[in-house]
Amino acid sequence: MFDAIKAYLSSSLTPGEAGSMFWATIYILIITVGISLAVIAMNWLERKILAHMQIRLGPMRVGPHGLLQPFADALKLLIKEDIIPQDADKFVFWSAPVVVTMTAFTTFLVVPFGPTHAVTDMNIGILFMLGVSSLSVLGIIMAGWSSNSHYPLMGSLRSSAQMVSYEIAMGLAIVCAVLMTSLETGTGTLSMIGIVESQASQHTWFIFKFFPLGFLAFAIFAIAMVAETNRAPFDLPEAESELVAGFHTEYSGFRWSLFFLAEYAAMLAVSSIAVTLWLGGWMRPFPNWLSGSTWNTAFSLFPALTLFVLAGLCLLGTVRMPKIPQMKIQTVGLGIFGLLLGLVGLVLVIPGVRDRVQDIYWFVVKVAFFMYLYIWYRGTFPRYRFDQLMKVGWKVLLPTGLAVLIATALWGLLPQLSSAILGVLP
Amino acid sequence: MSDRTDYLDLDTKDETFLDATELVLNMGPQHPSTHGVLRVILKLDGEKVLGTECVIGYLHRGVEKIAENRTYAMFNPYVDRMDYVASVSNGLGYCEAVEKLQNVEAPPRAQYIRVILTELCRIASHQVWLGTHALDIGALTPLFYCFRDREEILKIFEKYCGARLTTHAFRIGGCIYEAYDGFEQDCLKCCTAFLPKLDEYEELLTTNRIWVRRTKGVGILNPEDCIALGVTGPVLRASGLKWDLRKAQPYECYKNFDFEIPTGLNGDTYDRYLVRIEEMRQSVRIIRQAVEGLPQGPIMAKIPKVLKPPVGEIYHSIEAPKGELGYFIVSDGSTQPYRVRVRPPSFVNLQALDKMVRGLLVADVVAVIGTLDIVLGEVDR
Repeated sequence: MFDAIKAYLSSSLTPGEAGSMFWATIYILIITVGISLAVIAMNWLERKILAHMQIRLGPMRVGPHGLLQPFADALKLLIKEDIIPQDADKFVFWSAPVVVTMTAFTTFLVVPFGPTHAVTDMNIGILFMLGVSSLSVLGIIMAGWSSNSHYPLMGSLRSSAQMVSYEIAMGLAIVCAVLMTSLETGTGTLSMIGIVESQASQHTWFIFKFFPLGFLAFAIFAIAMVAETNRAPFDLPEAESELVAGFHTEYSGFRWSLFFLAEYAAMLAVSSIAVTLWLGGWMRPFPNWLSGSTWNTAFSLFPALTLFVLAGLCLLGTVRMPKIPQMKIQTVGLGIFGLLLGLVGLVLVIPGVRDRVQDIYWFVVKVAFFMYLYIWYRGTFPRYRFDQLMKVGWKVLLPTGLAVLIATALWGLLPQLSSAILGVLP
Repeated sequence: MSDRTDYLDLDTKDETFLDATELVLNMGPQHPSTHGVLRVILKLDGEKVLGTECVIGYLHRGVEKIAENRTYAMFNPYVDRMDYVASVSNGLGYCEAVEKLQNVEAPPRAQYIRVILTELCRIASHQVWLGTHALDIGALTPLFYCFRDREEILKIFEKYCGARLTTHAFRIGGCIYEAYDGFEQDCLKCCTAFLPKLDEYEELLTTNRIWVRRTKGVGILNPEDCIALGVTGPVLRASGLKWDLRKAQPYECYKNFDFEIPTGLNGDTYDRYLVRIEEMRQSVRIIRQAVEGLPQGPIMAKIPKVLKPPVGEIYHSIEAPKGELGYFIVSDGSTQPYRVRVRPPSFVNLQALDKMVRGLLVADVVAVIGTLDIVLGEVDR
């Protein structure tokens, strides 16, 4: 048993490739728990960051600096009365949040957190991901329709129109990246791991490839993915000031929290696609410029360093807590949390561990950057109107995407074209 | 009900009503962006608005009827509860109307103090408008900036009369409170601090592409419609009409001050936004002049202890932040008014909603309600 584990851990196969049901299950469990935890963390971070952008403090009461607030909220949602409207289509109403959550989580099957850290490496990975993530629109329509109420209906119709039109621009941008993978080998790949590996072999992230084409494709994707996940400034389906809560107006308690979970999981999923396609996936920054074993070691220490900084912040917060009896539990709690982070950081210094973890770390950092962008958008932008949203999708992103796609193809063919022309010339 | 042919008639079902593409959406009275308890019944074709009908009265407290059972002085605090984000202006209008009926005039110092506080109140009211309007259009952050800066003004109110929201700052015949020590400095400091903040709001919104797209050409109201509907205030001025009671029929000491009346060109939501932003700047100008020219002297005119205005009636209106706020008071010679009728700007401006939103989208309804700057306390009274 132990040998088998050791053998697997030292191999460079994903569970899917190794055909190991056991490891696949383990990975799926880890990913499910990890995504749920990430959503909880995102909830806290979003409220905190947004609050600080808006000169507020955000949650401060439940736990030190409101750290336990998301757990308190989750508990509240779980014990809340579960209401199904009388005139709702009960079965569809019941299954809609399940569909949305399932699709959001299923996409993570093919997300490569590291060269071997994916549940499976499908040869149609990116296609699978697109296909599954666009299924979530089905759940949203189901929710809107079955609620038998006007606001959810309008929200879900908006949502479906929006998702369908932005998926096209998104697809075009993805095709650009897939085209880029075919440059060296002649045949491109749709496998998520393959895409990152081809970025490694071409010694560049695709965002910098054929500048500015790679960047343009990335920008199109980055805009379309915000629209795809119904977030500000494209949050029309759940436009709070217009449609109350959009498609989930009639949902409460646990069902509502499933929608919430799905929304954030979908955000993480599309950010993962963006990171995989354009930002080099799990690769550390500056692999060419700062190469060599010294730099490799230095960069592999980053996960531990990050945790140490976080632990330091927590301990600083502990010291700065007001010294009054009411805050005693909070102070102790924050201190213990800081020490725990520090301990995990210490574990990550161990050479064997840190080499395996650093891929995941860089992937997560890049995804976190996108998550921050999501929050930043929300704090800055007003909301588009429906017709303007469509205009942006069809009249700006789609033509630009097509142009970038053609330009990328031509640029990629440039060596062959020039040699062909030179060959014809005398 | 029967003769309103141009309104949305929901009682009779016509054949188009059964058309599956049409939808009647009940927006409010509990809705995040109807600014209180306004209920708008929307008839929609998909997202397009075919017609609206406003249902008001959810916040009706019978203020006008209450007046008939109170003495003139006792009714004064009630007017603060109408437009509660600009309570000082309400008080000013009422006090002036009774003064006119009684034929007294507030002493100059009282007038200056009144002008300073009313203009501060105009800024505060416009800040609330800007914050909520931006929130309706989806920009979350300006709301918090506006409320942060409004706090400085509320602090001045609190220091002056002890209350922040329903101030009851003025009395019939002048002011009851002398300006506190450091009042002038506080006002000037508030003004100086406010201007950069205003630039900050503008930075967030004025050139923001989404904001411009959401507001330009939305809810256009031409000058003829404005006059026909009785629309006043910034909404009227944004349509290009230079009508401001502070200049047109100067009351208090407004004729002593040098200020501009900003007007718009297109009468759309964006122009109304710009007009209100510029009005805040002009208010700062007025406050600065008033603080500099604040005369010494009494703050209360000589009025009898028991106020019994002569038999007669009076209509007096002032330029409240939202438009023309008028009081029509009928006196029968007793200590209580025979009838008080308030002409609230929000109530009249709300009439324009249907005209403005027909043919637009649902999202624009929210933007237009925001740009009309209605306060339901004032609409329903």
